[in-house]
Amino acid sequence: MSASTENILEVEQLITSFETDHGLLRAVDHVSFSVPEGKTVGIVGESGCGKSVTAMSIVRLLPQPSGKILGGHVYFKGQDLTRATDAEIRRVRGVEIGVIFQEPMAALNPVHRIGKQVSEIFRIHKKISKKDAWTAATDMLDMVRIPAPEKRMMDYPHHLSGGMRQRVVIAMALACRPALVIADEPTTALDVTVQAQILELMKGLQSEMGMSTILITHDLGVIAETCDDVVVMYAGRVVEKASAEALFANPLHAYTKGLLNSIPRLDTPSKSILHTIPGMVASLENYSHGCRFCQRMGRTSPLTRERPRSIEVSPGHWVENCIECYQP
Amino acid sequence: MLSTVNTPLLTCKDLRVHFPVRGGVMLRQTGAVHAVDGVSLSIQPGETLGLVGESGCGKSTIGKALVRLLKPTSGSIHFQNTDITHASQRALRPLRRDIQMIFQDPAESLDPRMSVRSIIEEPYVIHGLGTRTERVQWVNEMLDRVGLPASSAERYSFEFSGGQRQRIGIARALALKPKLIVCDEPVSALDVSVQSQILNLLVELQKDFGLSYLFIAHDLSVVKHVSDRVAVMYLGKIVELASSDAIYQNPRHAYTEALLSAIPSTDPKERREKILLEGDVPSPIDPPAGSAFGHRMNHPLYEETIGEEMPLKEISPEHWVTADPCCISKEDWNHLRSKASR
Repeated sequence: MSASTENILEVEQLITSFETDHGLLRAVDHVSFSVPEGKTVGIVGESGCGKSVTAMSIVRLLPQPSGKILGGHVYFKGQDLTRATDAEIRRVRGVEIGVIFQEPMAALNPVHRIGKQVSEIFRIHKKISKKDAWTAATDMLDMVRIPAPEKRMMDYPHHLSGGMRQRVVIAMALACRPALVIADEPTTALDVTVQAQILELMKGLQSEMGMSTILITHDLGVIAETCDDVVVMYAGRVVEKASAEALFANPLHAYTKGLLNSIPRLDTPSKSILHTIPGMVASLENYSHGCRFCQRMGRTSPLTRERPRSIEVSPGHWVENCIECYQP
Repeated sequence: MLSTVNTPLLTCKDLRVHFPVRGGVMLRQTGAVHAVDGVSLSIQPGETLGLVGESGCGKSTIGKALVRLLKPTSGSIHFQNTDITHASQRALRPLRRDIQMIFQDPAESLDPRMSVRSIIEEPYVIHGLGTRTERVQWVNEMLDRVGLPASSAERYSFEFSGGQRQRIGIARALALKPKLIVCDEPVSALDVSVQSQILNLLVELQKDFGLSYLFIAHDLSVVKHVSDRVAVMYLGKIVELASSDAIYQNPRHAYTEALLSAIPSTDPKERREKILLEGDVPSPIDPPAGSAFGHRMNHPLYEETIGEEMPLKEISPEHWVTADPCCISKEDWNHLRSKASR
């Protein structure tokens, strides 16, 4: 199967495993989704559900040597990145696909000036002179609305606040005008008011530059406000995917429903009992072969022992067809 | 008086906590972080007071000062009519039975070398309560109360998931049957589905034991859910204090409004028009001379607030807001002024 033209990225049946003392563990299990051109796709799930591993598999930034892609395809503009050579993937990374990480302090080098770090990208990928790279980097900081960019170029990362640092990281990810940006929890470490600023900035830049985005987050509110399509992951698998509108109006899988109901909302009466999902996510080495949400709920019926297939319930709305978790 | 309903469990008046900033060769004090800068509040028996604000606003410092893990710079703290502002560690000891704390990160606040049993038993040992067999039974009861199997007592905290660890932290805080528990971001490290389990547990325990909580968090929807009243903090000061419904339905301070509008919601109906704030919270080392939030907003009236005292005023019954012309509506400002001149 080849990638169709309107999708910039197609992930098909991706399997990523880690070699550990407990053997080969599948962190990502048959994950498929696609990113239409110019759209934002959100991947949502609880910690350990494999959302970050999925994203890092796309750009092949898995921890080495333990992380391995064992199956499936990642078509980016028609090219299968899982089969690309190291040189090819390096060209794609940073130039065609930009990555924004959660913790801006960890993504920036504390001993180099902001200017050096941002202009380095232009030096490496665009092979331009130091002076031109410096100008380009200053323009980039201006583009992410950092006030007085010339001055900030001379600062070190610790001089900047969390929000400003995240802007620098965004500037670096967008420096080569990538066609796709992968943002891994870009606002989780930030305060709500700063989060609102950053999300607004990313939205603005996206329409300015016409790029596509994969936004990874655990916050369903962020997804609802920024994404066109949503992929809900649970324990390494996609349990449901749909347009954001359809997903929030009509969640189908028991896990999606449970997740949506357990968020305290501003309009629910204070101290009312919140909906909870009993138990907790099984650890990687204890993943069952069958439906993993049934595993959490302690359901052992023989019907849930097979890996549930994904079915398309309405156009673009897919759900794992487990007899217990999805009741049409 | 912030509240006159009945005698409060805990009150603090004009509490200030400043941390020295040292510099130069001699490490002389060159300035101070005004972490908490004149906060007055009270907590009634059986009540949850929510304390919300962005990082660095001083909310955790208040929590630590109220349980006297920190020495306040000035102001006073009274617990059940006893002045504990300057009480010695020895004098504080009996009080520790009544005030306990739950921390944000249960992985860091539980000793990895102690079994769960010794963690929960420690408060009894310190206060010399019960015989060995009694304590074993009490620990089992506590575990049961927070929804952990009795078998967990002989295991170590690192063997548990984040949510379960927080249950252990709650059991430890609950062991001495305190009157007040200061919860410092108790659910912010947890996933949503686990977060709701812990929130339900806290609400349930409050009903059963008649506990009071000071609930500190940055997530306004979580704070609103568990609290009777909510105090909104900005740069070391409380800017608005009201019942949690009033804060949500009728915020009077511009910062509260901005905070509410910034919460991303899954429900389009619940979404407010975004009020995007420019810049960041100013540094508490050198706070603006006038209205801190007016300064961030570049408000035209900011100059007028320089050097002005802007105390909390009761705008409507039990709804308090700073008398800050930059941050409240014109009507509210005129209302407060006419009240003052009367």
